[in-house]
Amino acid sequence: MPALGADMEAGTLVEWLVKPGDRVKSGDVIAVVETQKGAIEVEVFLEGVVSNILIPEGERVPVGTVLAQIDGAPGAAPPPLIEPAVAVLKPGPQILAQAPPTPVIAAPSSRLKITPAARRRAAALSFDPTMIVKGTGVEGSIRLADIETYASGAKLVQRPAKKKGLDLSQMRQAIAAAMSRSKREIPHYYLTETVDLNTASTWIERYNAEKPPVERILPAVLFLRAAALALREQPQLNGAYENGAFIPASSIHVGWAISLRGGGLIAPAIRDTDRKSLAELMAAMRDLVERARRGNLRSSELTSPTITVTSVGDRGAESVTGIIYPPQVAIVGFGRVVVRPWVVDGRIESHPLVTVSLAADHRVTDGHIGGLYLAAVGRLLQEPDKL
Amino acid sequence: MNAPQATAAATRLTYREACKQALRDALLSDPRVFLMGEDIGRYGGCYAVTKGLLEEFGEERIRDTPLSESAFVGAGVGSAMVGMRPIVEIMTVNFSLLALDQIVNNAVTIPHMSGGQFAIPLVIRMTTGGGRRVAAQHSRSLEGWYAHIPGLRVLTPATVEDARFMLKGALADPNPVIIFEHVMLYNMEGDLPSDMKEVDIAHAKVRRAGRDVSLITYGGSLFKTLQAADALASEGIEAEVIDLRVLRPLDTKSILDSVAKTRRCVIIDEGWRSGSISAEVGMRIAEEGFFELDAPLRRVCSREAPIPYAAHLEDACLPQAATIVAVARELVRPS
Repeated sequence: MPALGADMEAGTLVEWLVKPGDRVKSGDVIAVVETQKGAIEVEVFLEGVVSNILIPEGERVPVGTVLAQIDGAPGAAPPPLIEPAVAVLKPGPQILAQAPPTPVIAAPSSRLKITPAARRRAAALSFDPTMIVKGTGVEGSIRLADIETYASGAKLVQRPAKKKGLDLSQMRQAIAAAMSRSKREIPHYYLTETVDLNTASTWIERYNAEKPPVERILPAVLFLRAAALALREQPQLNGAYENGAFIPASSIHVGWAISLRGGGLIAPAIRDTDRKSLAELMAAMRDLVERARRGNLRSSELTSPTITVTSVGDRGAESVTGIIYPPQVAIVGFGRVVVRPWVVDGRIESHPLVTVSLAADHRVTDGHIGGLYLAAVGRLLQEPDKL
Repeated sequence: MNAPQATAAATRLTYREACKQALRDALLSDPRVFLMGEDIGRYGGCYAVTKGLLEEFGEERIRDTPLSESAFVGAGVGSAMVGMRPIVEIMTVNFSLLALDQIVNNAVTIPHMSGGQFAIPLVIRMTTGGGRRVAAQHSRSLEGWYAHIPGLRVLTPATVEDARFMLKGALADPNPVIIFEHVMLYNMEGDLPSDMKEVDIAHAKVRRAGRDVSLITYGGSLFKTLQAADALASEGIEAEVIDLRVLRPLDTKSILDSVAKTRRCVIIDEGWRSGSISAEVGMRIAEEGFFELDAPLRRVCSREAPIPYAAHLEDACLPQAATIVAVARELVRPS
C-alpha cells in the first residue's frame, strides 16, 4: 500500500486492475485505492508477472502492506530471459512463501474503542474518529490526544471506501486538516512582487495566433515554467520539511493547484516541471485538470509535489497569498492578470500586470531568499521566448 | 489562591497534638462540651490523644466509660438531645460496630422522626485504618459504611490543620458528626499556620495541583498519594491530588472539576473495593463527568481479605505509593 500523501497511514483497496499471471511494467496502473482525495490509481514501479494477489478488494490495510507479489521484482528470482509464458506456470520463487503476514487491523465494522472525551471532541471538530487506525490510550483506545493529533492532519487516514470517485465532504475535511496543520506548525512569511507582462502578453498572442486551438497556451503555462525554472536558482524552496529538518528535493515537481467543480482543491504534480517545454506543460495541465475533475489521479501525482503553484486565472482575485501544503516549504501564487498604469522610462503606459506572491517556511528560508526567487520569476517572465 | 499567611508564623506539631489542642479548645470554649470513652481519662486514650485532659478538666468532663460502646454512645445521643455537646471517642471503627444501633437507628433518625424537635449535636471520634500490625479485627477502614447513611456528616482529617479545626465545625453542626482519625497519622508532623482559626467541613481540597491525572483520596492514604505524585512528577506526569476531607456529604463538584481538568482519575481508598466510598466517587464521575473522561476510571483499594497481622502481608494488602504510581502511569502513558 503506497502512501498517497505524507499524511496517509492506511488505504482501502477498491479494485484490482490486474490478475495473477498478468505481465506488468513500470508505470502500469495495477489497482485503485480509495483515499480522501478520491479513488487513486496505483502504479507499479517494477517489471514482471503478477504471481499472487495478497489483499482482496474492499480490504483496508496500513501503508507499507504488501498488496501483491510480482515475479521478477527485486529480491525475487530474476525474470527468465526467454519464454516468460512458461515462467508464469512455475511455482513462485521462495520469497512468496515468506510473504509478510497481513497486519491485523480492526475491521471497519468493529466497535470503536474511544474515550468519551475523545468522542465529544471529534464531534465538535466534525472529525470522523474511525479514520484513526489505532489509538494511544488504554488498551489501544482512541483518546483525546489522538483526535487532536489526527484532526490536525498530522496522521490522516482515510475511512473505508463506500464508493469510487470523489467524496467532497471528505476532501473538505482533508483540506481543513492539512491547512490547519500548516497554519499551526509552519511559520509562514509572505512576499509579493508586481510583474510587468507587456512582453509576455504580446508573445503569447503571437504564439497562439499561429496555432490551432488545442495547441494554444495560457499565461498560466508561462507562470508555471517561470516558477519552476526560478527554483533552480533557489533550491531551498523546493523540498520538504520533515522531522525538524529541510530535505531538499532532487527534482522539481510542481504541484499544480486545481479547483474542482462543486468545491475542493487538489494539487497533483507535474513531474520535472523545469524540464518540460511550454507545449508539454500545457498538455500536462489539460490532462491533469481533466483527470482531477474526474477523480482519476495517479498515486505518484499526489505524493511527489515538491512545491505548489497556484494561478487563479482570469476569474480570480488580483493577488493570492497561499498556505503551504505540508511538508512542502513554499507555495507560489499568481493573481489575475490586470491592466494598470505602469511607469516606463518616466512615462505612464497601460500594461498587463500580475502580482506574484510567495508564502514560504521561515524555518527553512528567510525573506532574502524569497525575494531573490520572486525577482528571478519576474526576470524570466520578461523573456518569454527563452522559456 | 494562596492566603497571605506567613509560613514563618507557623507551629510545627504532630497530628496527635493537633487533635488534643482541638479537644482542649472545645472544652475551654464551651462548658457544654465533655468527653466520653474507653480509657480516655486515666490512661490518656488508646492513642494518647486525651493525655493530660483529665488532670486539667476533671472527671465531670473527661469521663472514662465501661467497655460498652452501645451504652456510652447511647449516653452521648441522650445528652446531645438535652443540650449537651458530647464528644465520644470510640477506640477504633472496628469496635464502633457494637454501637451501630445507637448511631444509625437513634442518632441519625431522632432529629428526623421528632420533626426537628430534637437536634443531635453529637461528635464521635474514632480511629480507622491499618498499618500498625494489630491484626484483622483492629485494622479495618469502615468509614465508607458510615458515609452511606443520610443524616451523618463523615469527616476524615488527614492534615494537622484539619485535625486541629474540623472538630470546631463538627461541634457547631446540629446533626451527628463522625470524625475518622487514621492510626498512621498520629505521629505525622505538619506546620499549622498561627493565624489559622478554622477550616470548612464541606469541601474537598486540592493538596497538589496537576494536569495529567487526578488522584482522589482521603485520610491515611493522602500521604502515600502525595508521595506517589512526587514520583510521577519525576517521570514528567503531573498528578493532581484531591483530599476528599468529607466523605459525606461528598463534594462532587471538586471531584468533577478536577476530572474535567485532567480527564483521568485514580481513586485511592484504604477501604475494600466492593461497595466502598471509592465506588461512590467513581460512580459520580461516571454519572456526571462521563464526557470528560479520556481514560477508564481506576482504583487502588485494599485487597479484599481480612487485614493480615504479618507486616509484609499487611503492606501487600494496603494501598501503597508504588501501586498508585503504576496505576496512574498506565492511564497517562499506556504501555
